[in-house]
Parts: sequence; C-alpha cells; structure tokens
Amino acid sequence: MELFENTAVELSRLLRTKEVSAVDVVRSFLERIELLDPHLKAFIIRTPDMAFNTAKEVDNRRIRGEEMHPLAGVPVAIKDNISTLDLPTTCASRILENYIPPYDATVIAALKNVGMPFLGKTNMDEFAMGSSTENSAFFPTCNPWDLSRVPGGSSGGSAAAVSAAMAPLALGSDTGGSIRQPASFCGVTGLRPTYGRVSRYGLVAFASSLDQVGTITLTALDSALLLSLIAGYDPLDSTSLPGSEFDYTDDLEPDIKNLRVGLIKQHLSADFDQEVTDAVLKAASILEEYGAEVQEVSLPLTDYGLGAYYLIAPSEASSNLGRYDGVRYGYAVNGENIEDMFSRTRGEGFGPEVKRRIMIGTYALSAGYYDAYYLQAMKVRTLIRNDYKALFNDFDILLGAASPTPAFKIGEKTDDPLQMYLSDICNITDSLAGLPSLAVLSGIHSSGLPMGMQLTASPMQEIMLLKTANFFEKSRDFSPLRPVLEFSEGG
Amino acid sequence: MMPVNFHKEVDYVARLARLTLEPAEKERMAGQLSDILQTACRIQELDTTGIEPTSHVLDLPVALRDDVNRPSLSLDRVLQNAPRQEKNYIRVPRITGSGHNDQ
Repeated sequence: MELFENTAVELSRLLRTKEVSAVDVVRSFLERIELLDPHLKAFIIRTPDMAFNTAKEVDNRRIRGEEMHPLAGVPVAIKDNISTLDLPTTCASRILENYIPPYDATVIAALKNVGMPFLGKTNMDEFAMGSSTENSAFFPTCNPWDLSRVPGGSSGGSAAAVSAAMAPLALGSDTGGSIRQPASFCGVTGLRPTYGRVSRYGLVAFASSLDQVGTITLTALDSALLLSLIAGYDPLDSTSLPGSEFDYTDDLEPDIKNLRVGLIKQHLSADFDQEVTDAVLKAASILEEYGAEVQEVSLPLTDYGLGAYYLIAPSEASSNLGRYDGVRYGYAVNGENIEDMFSRTRGEGFGPEVKRRIMIGTYALSAGYYDAYYLQAMKVRTLIRNDYKALFNDFDILLGAASPTPAFKIGEKTDDPLQMYLSDICNITDSLAGLPSLAVLSGIHSSGLPMGMQLTASPMQEIMLLKTANFFEKSRDFSPLRPVLEFSEGG
Repeated sequence: MMPVNFHKEVDYVARLARLTLEPAEKERMAGQLSDILQTACRIQELDTTGIEPTSHVLDLPVALRDDVNRPSLSLDRVLQNAPRQEKNYIRVPRITGSGHNDQ
C-alpha cells in the first residue's frame, strides 16, 4: 500500500509510531499530485517547498521527543479562499490573481501551529459562487471518477484532491452547499459545521451570515480529527460561538438503536435521479434494521429556500465584494475618474457568475425592492428555522440526498445559471438555518459515479453526524471507494 | 405576481454596483436575471405577516473587546498589495470634479 492511500488517522498513527517520517508522507502526496494533477487540475498553486520544510521541522521535533499533535506531519490541501500569509489567495478570481495576504486565517494558524504541511491551494468557483468549479477564472477541475464530469463546487478542487488521494485532508468552505455537494460528487465526506463553530477570520467573505469553513476527508473519523483542530471560539470573528470547541474522540460508535431519524420527503422527489433517492431509502432501511426509528418528515419550504437563498446570499455578496475596487489590493484598471476606475476594474476583474450575483444583490437591496425581496427573504429564513426547530423536537438527525444527481458533465449547465443553482437544492435550507450538515457516500450509481446522502443535526451536534456517518462507512457493502485513475508518467 | 423584466433595470443596477458591462454581456445578463428573479420572487407567495426577519442565526450579544491598544499590521504589510502607491500613500484618480486623470 502506498502512503498516499492512507486516511489521516492512519497516517497519524504511522507518524507517531515512527514507522514513517513526515518527509516520506509529504513526498508520497507530492509525487501523486505531480502525476495526477496535470489531468485533474485540482490545485491552483502547489507548495512543495513549504510542505517539505514543515515536514522536516516536524520530523526533527519528533526525534527530539517533543509532544506533538496527532495531525503533526499530516499534509493538507486548502481551498483558495482561505487567507495564507505570503502565499497567494486568489479565490479563483482575476481580481485577486496577484493578491498575497499579509496575515493567516485563524484556521490556517491552527494548522501551522501543529505542523501540518500545506500541499497547495485548491481550485474553486470564483469567490465560492457556483456548483461545479467551472466558474474558476483559471481552469475547470475534473472529477476523478470521470474526467468529463465536474467535481461539484464550489470546493471542487478540495473534493477532487481528497478523492484522488492527492491529499488526505482538505479545508473547504460552505455557504449554500459548497462542501457537501462536491463531497458527494467525488465520493468523499464533507462536513459543514454549525455556523459560528469554526472561525471565519481570514476566510474571504462571500455571504457572511452563511459562510462556514469545514472539512473534506475520506472518513468521519478524519473529519472529527480535523474539526477538533479548527473548531472553537475566536475573538477575531465577531460571529464566533463561545464554547464551540470540539473534543476529538475515536469513539464514534453510534447508538443507532435509540436514534430518531427524519427522512426528508422533499429529497425523495420524482425530479431527482431515481438511484440517488433509492440509495437514501436504502440508508434509511439500514438504520431501521439496526433499531433506529425512521419517519418521513416534510420541509415544505425547500423550494422557497432556494429563492430566499438566491436573494440573501447575493445581497450579502454585493456588499462584501464592494471592497474590490482596485485601490487597496487586486486587479486595477486606470479610469478617467474614480468611479470610472472602480467600474472598469470590477467589470474586467470579475467573471460572469460573480457579476450576476452582484447584480441580483444590488437590485434586491435597492430602493423600492428591499421589502419585496431582501426583507421577505429574511422572513422566509425565519420560517425555515422554525420548521427545523420543530423537527428537532422529535428527531435527532434528518436524512436526505446530498444532491439531486451524481456529477454532471463539464459544460452541461454553464449556460443555464438557474439549473446550476438547483444542484444545491438539498443543501440550502440547513445552511439558512445555520445547522451542521454532512455529506457521505450513499452508493455507486449505475454510471459508476459516487452518490451522496446528507445528514443534518441541531446546532453543535456534529458528533451525531460523525457517528452516523461512521456507522454507514462501516456498514458499506460496495466498492471501490476510490476512483480508478491510471495515467502513465508524463502522459 | 408581476413578471420580472430586468432589461429595463440593467443599466441602473450596473451603475449602482459600479460594474462596467459590455452591451452583449448586458443583454445576456438581463435575460438570465429575469429568470432567476422570477424564481426567487416566488417567496412573495408566502404569508409572513408578523414574522421577524432573520438577519443572523446566532442569538449572540454584540461582541465587544476591551478598548486597549494592540499591534496592527505594519505599514509595508498594509501597502504590499496596493496597485498604485507613492511615498506610503495609495494613489487614486481625481475624486472631485470631472477633469481628466492627472496620472
């Protein structure tokens, strides 16, 4: 078995027992990246020197017998909207192509602090706006299971990297599905933590009331390990939750017998791929078999949630992206006057989807439309939260699909933004409610592509999601878990 | 519910957003935004009488820190990404009046 095939938990064990060095581990993943990434294009920037330096330091500290974090020496890939000191952070946008952050995001500082080598920054939809990673200003990323298909988005580079064993772990961000949908398209485990559980300081803002940093991993146990490192209160983020630390435990044995599971009716829609819904139903029956109490529940505002989301998120984005004006950082175009300079800089610097969202948001917030669009959307958000609150009185977790279909073809939806948005229909409502939500493999489609199911819990109940996902991973009766990738050297 | 026609709005909104759009881009975007808003504005069907808007999911008090000095980024760090600068200032085109840029 090659080193790059291991989970993070296994790599951690191999490192701690000194069976392998951090330099060996880093070398294994970098060679894998060198071989595969020319085809997959998951990374915007690779950072081999930085990775080796960190690994060497970790190895030296271990030789000296220093106490180390379990993730010391375990490499990680980072979505390119998370600020890294002295390392480009582009958000896959022309407007930030040459931007070098003068500081680290809080999550990055946490990773550095324990000695996790950085493999590189991963591709994404520009400013995390999209569901396929095709909105990257640089290049699209391919799905490792089928190179003619998208990896999902916006964290498509991170999901593809973990799926193809180019990284054992990755950080992503999820505003309305951007971790869970690509995780499901690539057959890996994606966790969106409770809003406020992980610091947003240094995450380039898209929609501040929705954005959350999370994990993309091979297993629930790996997610638990990485979450324990990045969760917790951060005074630098005014929306950080006090007491939100997550204690890592390798005991993810769930009490399925007493689990009350709500099966979301709207995710069994006839509009969804039949095999996707069948896989969700099968998961529900496995839970029942092990003693869980499964009952169909309704989230009647699911369709309206999409509408509310596509008013709220663009409204916040139109405000947040006001900062890109060519003055303090980023791409800049000369203008006859300052307004001309702003408008031309933004017109040339932003890609089509970002412009669409800025336009929708600006419109929804403008005089005369505010009440009908933005205010109404925020009220619908309250109704959605109320629905979830009522459900969580009677249920521990909600089960549904992670996306209506497996990965679609590159180019299939690029001309129809609305169809692209519908790809996130399963991920929107729990985002609006700020709930923790996780996507995990539910089965392999007859097309050979992975399919995902989604588990959602009440605030701060990530442990419930991780335990249930761990249960499914153990009860899996299908293979393979990895895409088969065969490229010749230099091919 | 009235149909959304974004064609009439596109110039005005682009100006508000400080976004230069090419004519072809405007035309395409107006069509797409009409469709998107048509779907989004279905939320107007819902009765939200007496419902408080959610601007944020956390019921947290406003986070305040102690009013004490602490180090901030150094000047060279603050300016490291500024496209045009001169003597530790950021340079921009003329802000007042409509005269030509003096750069």
